[in-house]
Amino acid sequence: MNGVELTIVIVLFLLVTVLGFAASRWRRAESLMHLDEWGLGGRSFGSWITWFLLGGDLYTAYTFVAVPALMFGAGAAGFFAVPYTIIIYPLVFLVVARLWSVSHVRGFVTPADFVRSRFDSPTMALLVAITGIVATMPYIALQLVGIEAILKAMGVEGDLPLIVAFIILAVYTYNSGLRAPALIAVVKDTLIYLTIIVAVIVIPSKLGGWGAIFGAAEAKFSANGGPGVLLPASGQLGYATLALGSALALFLYPHSITGVLAASNRDVLKRNMSALPVYSLALGFIALLGFMAIAAGTKPIGTDGNTIVPVLFQQMFPSWFAGIAFAAIGIGALVPAAIMSIAAANLFTRNIYKEYVKKDATPQQEAKVAKIASLVVKLGAVLAILGLNPQFSIDLQLIGGVIILQTLPAVALGLYTRWFHRGGLIAGWIAGMATGLLLVYNIPKLNPDGTVARPHFGGSSFALSKFGLDTKSAVYAGFLALLVNLIVAVVATLILRAMRVAEGVDGTAETDYTAEREDPTFRDLPEPLESAPPGAAGEVRGRT
Amino acid sequence: MASATRPPVGGSPTGVAPQRTDRSPWNWLLLVPIVVVLLVPLYNHVDPKLGSWPLFYWLQLAFVALGVATTALVYRMTRRSSAERQAARDAIARDAGDRNREV
Repeated sequence: MNGVELTIVIVLFLLVTVLGFAASRWRRAESLMHLDEWGLGGRSFGSWITWFLLGGDLYTAYTFVAVPALMFGAGAAGFFAVPYTIIIYPLVFLVVARLWSVSHVRGFVTPADFVRSRFDSPTMALLVAITGIVATMPYIALQLVGIEAILKAMGVEGDLPLIVAFIILAVYTYNSGLRAPALIAVVKDTLIYLTIIVAVIVIPSKLGGWGAIFGAAEAKFSANGGPGVLLPASGQLGYATLALGSALALFLYPHSITGVLAASNRDVLKRNMSALPVYSLALGFIALLGFMAIAAGTKPIGTDGNTIVPVLFQQMFPSWFAGIAFAAIGIGALVPAAIMSIAAANLFTRNIYKEYVKKDATPQQEAKVAKIASLVVKLGAVLAILGLNPQFSIDLQLIGGVIILQTLPAVALGLYTRWFHRGGLIAGWIAGMATGLLLVYNIPKLNPDGTVARPHFGGSSFALSKFGLDTKSAVYAGFLALLVNLIVAVVATLILRAMRVAEGVDGTAETDYTAEREDPTFRDLPEPLESAPPGAAGEVRGRT
Repeated sequence: MASATRPPVGGSPTGVAPQRTDRSPWNWLLLVPIVVVLLVPLYNHVDPKLGSWPLFYWLQLAFVALGVATTALVYRMTRRSSAERQAARDAIARDAGDRNREV
């Protein structure tokens, strides 16, 4: 066990714990704190905090550990994270602003709230809520995989540290809502950027420059006639569809939407769409840590590929700096895990509990259920990690991306058009979900030598040759499932309309989607986990 | 399929929102980074290298700048007048003031 590293990690962890608790007091002392970013708007964040919050939310600890591990193991294909996180911002630039506006006019806190009102369909809302919760749970569990990787590298044995870390997380999100992760995200990112800048300067100089790094990767991946540091010709379609599919999926996750809705106005969001790619640049360099590990001859601990980055840091950095880098990864896991559990709890409370279990729940009951749900979600994630093989969480997360994409027609397209019939959306969701699961079920996991390691759930890239096409190309399974979903939704909509099945009443107006902060229709959203329905307590928030 | 027996989640908003549009020809520019970045055959090459970086890696990192430039340009060309943006900031400040008085 490495004493210096462990001490630094523990000290920084204690620091963010104190910050997490301080965040709850901060809110109460609002009138005393004249920090614009925090004080103004009270529950709504300005440009900087939104940048940190969304950055911490979207670029998770798992990303920082898994992407270089993928580069280390699979070469160029792992770099898809860069195009993925570039195209996402122009893709959602207009969409998130519309979502922000309609949510702040109608008091929506979750994507399912929106779908319920827009399409007058509690059923589709329930499907969106369940999809969101199911897709988020393994994502939370994966954050623990990041913490596990650094614990392994430091030689810490047993499950206790992991449990302690999550108890701390649970207690302070219970106390502070969204402010705790927003505040901690600032610390996390400072540490992450510090680590990356140092890594990009120090490691190449120790390894003999970038030429040596790319050379080592070229040598590794061109063995046996491989494609070297490039994609094989047959890998290009899969690379592009995976990047596009992942980008379409990211802002459908309930935790991304929670981060978006916390912004104080439309301008803050739009400016952030230009500022967030700084993280993508960082992610590109982080991905290349995988190639640096190849050049440095790094060996993962046991069979756990995710330990590549922590071990590389130990090889290259003095213990005290490796400790800082580890703390960055560990703290980086807490931010998204906190927001994800808040988002999942809101979905459960508003769209399942209040809709189906106790329709007349008071705001107090609702808030209590939301807080308990957020604890249950986190507990579930800890149990999943302790009880199940981590590989299982990774597989579930892959499936999570495929299934969350199936809410795109209702949530994202719904922001633009009410053309789809609610029955069509439900039919599309069922068809897309079935297709997606069937596809990933039939994707085998291959060993490096091409033999089958596992027959099912081995990835998300589906070989087109299985359709009888004469090609070696593969396509992202979520992408195919989404196409099926859309086709079924369109056909079913046309049929239902021809049969004159009732379409329900649109609960939103066209002007809602472009509403601005200063409009009379604007209203504050309830603090996450203090989920008073905006119809009741939220209304009071208007002009006085 | 159940239909709503109570008003959809929010209830009705107070007041009337102005008619606005978020349509603009500038928005089409947003397609440029999306399409370019997805054209994998464009950059799936080693040469030309930048320093010792193969094209595949340096060009994709350079695309980050393309994405930033496009979104920043579209934002600047479609943003509201400074008076309107000031009104939004005033609304944020006023709401914060309301809240503090309640505390």
